[in-house]
Amino acid sequence: MPGEGERVVAAIDQGTTSTRCLLFNRSGRMLAVAQREHRQHYPAPGLVEHDAAEIWRNVRRVVPAALRSAGLTPDDLVGLGIANQRETTVVWNRHTGVPISRAVTWQDTRTDGIVARLVDDGHAPMITRLCGLAPATYFAGPRLRWILDHVPGAREGAEAGDLLFGTMETWLIWNLTGAHVTDVTNASRTMLMDLRTREWSDPLLDVLDVPRRMLPEIRSNAEVYGVCTAVLPGVPVAGALGDQQAALVGQACFAPGEAKCTYGTGAFLLMNTGERIAESSHGLIPTVGYLLGERPVYALEGAIAMTGSLVQWFRDSLGMIGTAAQIETLAETVEDNGGCYIVPAFSGLYSPHWHPDARGVMVGLTSFINRGHLARAVLEATGWQTREVVDAMNLDSGVTVTRLKVDGGMTANHLLMQFVADVLDVPVERPLGSEAVSLGAAYAAGLAVGHWSDVEVLRSNWHRAAAWEPAMDPDLRRREHANWGRAVDRSYGWVQTPAD
Amino acid sequence: MPGSIQSIERAAAMLRLLGSTGRSLGINEIAAALDLPRPTAHGIVRTLREVGFVEQDPSARYVLGSALRELGSGGWDRHDLRARAMNWADSLAGSTGLAVELGVPDGPAVRLVHHVFRPDGTPQSIRTGDERPLHATAVGKCLLAFAPVATPPPRELVLTRYTGRTCVTVAALEAHLAVARRRGWAGDSGECEPGLGGAAAALRGSGGLVAGAIAVVGPVEELFGLGGELRPAVAVHLVTAAREISASLVEGTP
Repeated sequence: MPGEGERVVAAIDQGTTSTRCLLFNRSGRMLAVAQREHRQHYPAPGLVEHDAAEIWRNVRRVVPAALRSAGLTPDDLVGLGIANQRETTVVWNRHTGVPISRAVTWQDTRTDGIVARLVDDGHAPMITRLCGLAPATYFAGPRLRWILDHVPGAREGAEAGDLLFGTMETWLIWNLTGAHVTDVTNASRTMLMDLRTREWSDPLLDVLDVPRRMLPEIRSNAEVYGVCTAVLPGVPVAGALGDQQAALVGQACFAPGEAKCTYGTGAFLLMNTGERIAESSHGLIPTVGYLLGERPVYALEGAIAMTGSLVQWFRDSLGMIGTAAQIETLAETVEDNGGCYIVPAFSGLYSPHWHPDARGVMVGLTSFINRGHLARAVLEATGWQTREVVDAMNLDSGVTVTRLKVDGGMTANHLLMQFVADVLDVPVERPLGSEAVSLGAAYAAGLAVGHWSDVEVLRSNWHRAAAWEPAMDPDLRRREHANWGRAVDRSYGWVQTPAD
Repeated sequence: MPGSIQSIERAAAMLRLLGSTGRSLGINEIAAALDLPRPTAHGIVRTLREVGFVEQDPSARYVLGSALRELGSGGWDRHDLRARAMNWADSLAGSTGLAVELGVPDGPAVRLVHHVFRPDGTPQSIRTGDERPLHATAVGKCLLAFAPVATPPPRELVLTRYTGRTCVTVAALEAHLAVARRRGWAGDSGECEPGLGGAAAALRGSGGLVAGAIAVVGPVEELFGLGGELRPAVAVHLVTAAREISASLVEGTP
């Protein structure tokens, strides 16, 4: 319950599987949450789409539901912030508000041809130099190009100024306020933005053949983009960040060297690199961390494709456990992994390896191995993948990670969190309240409207709810690390590219 | 000898029926197979669904529920319990400023399955997995009071003295448990460690069965007033958290 007359901040977390609205009080405590899942469309292997209109309908439902459950009205809100699934691409008609196709999501790999052509034509060095990203199907720009090439009338409509492009935050802000804007963190994931000037880059627009007039204006993460005319009439939309950058803010990683890892379906580790853009030679992505005032703060990001989704596979496809939480119970039935390792390269390996040709392997099987050892190996895969990203981060940033803040659903697994601390050899800390993504969006909005004065206030809202101290014998750590490395080697080169 | 209870016989027959077929069944099929009027069959299957012995598939047809399969496996999985309790445990620590512990019965002791630090930035180490004495902690006494089958009877416990306040006789312990049952929560006024107290409430799953206990833990003077009464704000937050976690346990009964 909020105190009498206390003003609160609302956050929308527009995620891959659901849309949620959360309300936070001034000390960053969650007062209410409402959630609605949306449909995943799989029209063909490798294709994953969302219906942007359905997502907007869900926003119209979850926001009033959250207010109702806290007993509040729009008048109690000082502002609204948005955190969103990144790189998911929407194009809509500015006159009718209707999307011209389903949204092409970040997991969708249909742009592999477009990306391969960019590389074949020798554009990769120029692209990486300007936007910091190595061309990959992961980013939004090639998806926009795909829509322009394949959806009937898209190219003509875009050039005539009838069509607008946006990632999810842009789509929602346009529907809420009528403003056509994006924020610098989402824009930094399009492969269209110059990472230094933080403006759309003409050479990048040219190489992807994207008309500039369909692009939103790039804004900071904390400013009033517009005032809601729908859903929350009169409430300013004052914050927007990509979900992983939002978690960096929600975890109060405001000093260079501070890092957080969000464990969900996959895991995303971001380290604050301050005002410096860290070039990565170890498979990490330099990105905008946040822009809350005048000067941008940059970050290095390591993306791990499969963490929670490996546990889901263990539950749903193998039927080894009834719920995700029970993997800890099963893992506790044995002392160690028994010599078994699972490398979850189900769709290739992301950071730091970037091996699209890798596929999952399970090695070290003997008659000794039972279900408990497999459960350990599943959890340890998340631990070792975190270690690989942290090692790359230490090399690329020149700053050593001395503690890791964690959030997300898998932090409920204490055996895993202990293992992460053991293999990193640094303390792992969980904050009170695991909603770092939404909290980050609320913080941005609250800063913009003066609800919070500065980031120091936000830092004092961060409270340690648990800490796991490293306790693994160094020799054992070295041996297990080497075994993991040998297991990863065996996952490479499994997929043989067809001759086309 | 009283006769057997017809509705229980019918419920058992319904479970056997659902277990005998490899597919899900509609309500009309169930009613026809058991020769019951449709409303009677519906009332029974709905009750079985509420306790988790029957589930509905996406087409709203009925199958045996997961709670039935897990009936022999000893109640709530302790990590499922933690996953269900985690958000409320965080919220309890946030609203009271105290540490929070979640415990389940484990032989002659309490096993801590979750621990949230006192949110004041002081150095603390995680106590998940630790054992606690049943007779000298708030979680332990709460489980003794409200989960009498899952815990040993007080006369079988070794009543080790930890502080001057520890209950070291069965009579003293029984008196504490009676107070706990009357109030609905169990207290520890420094009975395991001098000056460190706790207050615990039971977490109840389907049918009121106790799955564990949740406690706030901290300095005795922060928990209790001068007369030894639990501070009202702490009591409200503790009871609310226990109620909300219990509701989520009932919703997802294993």
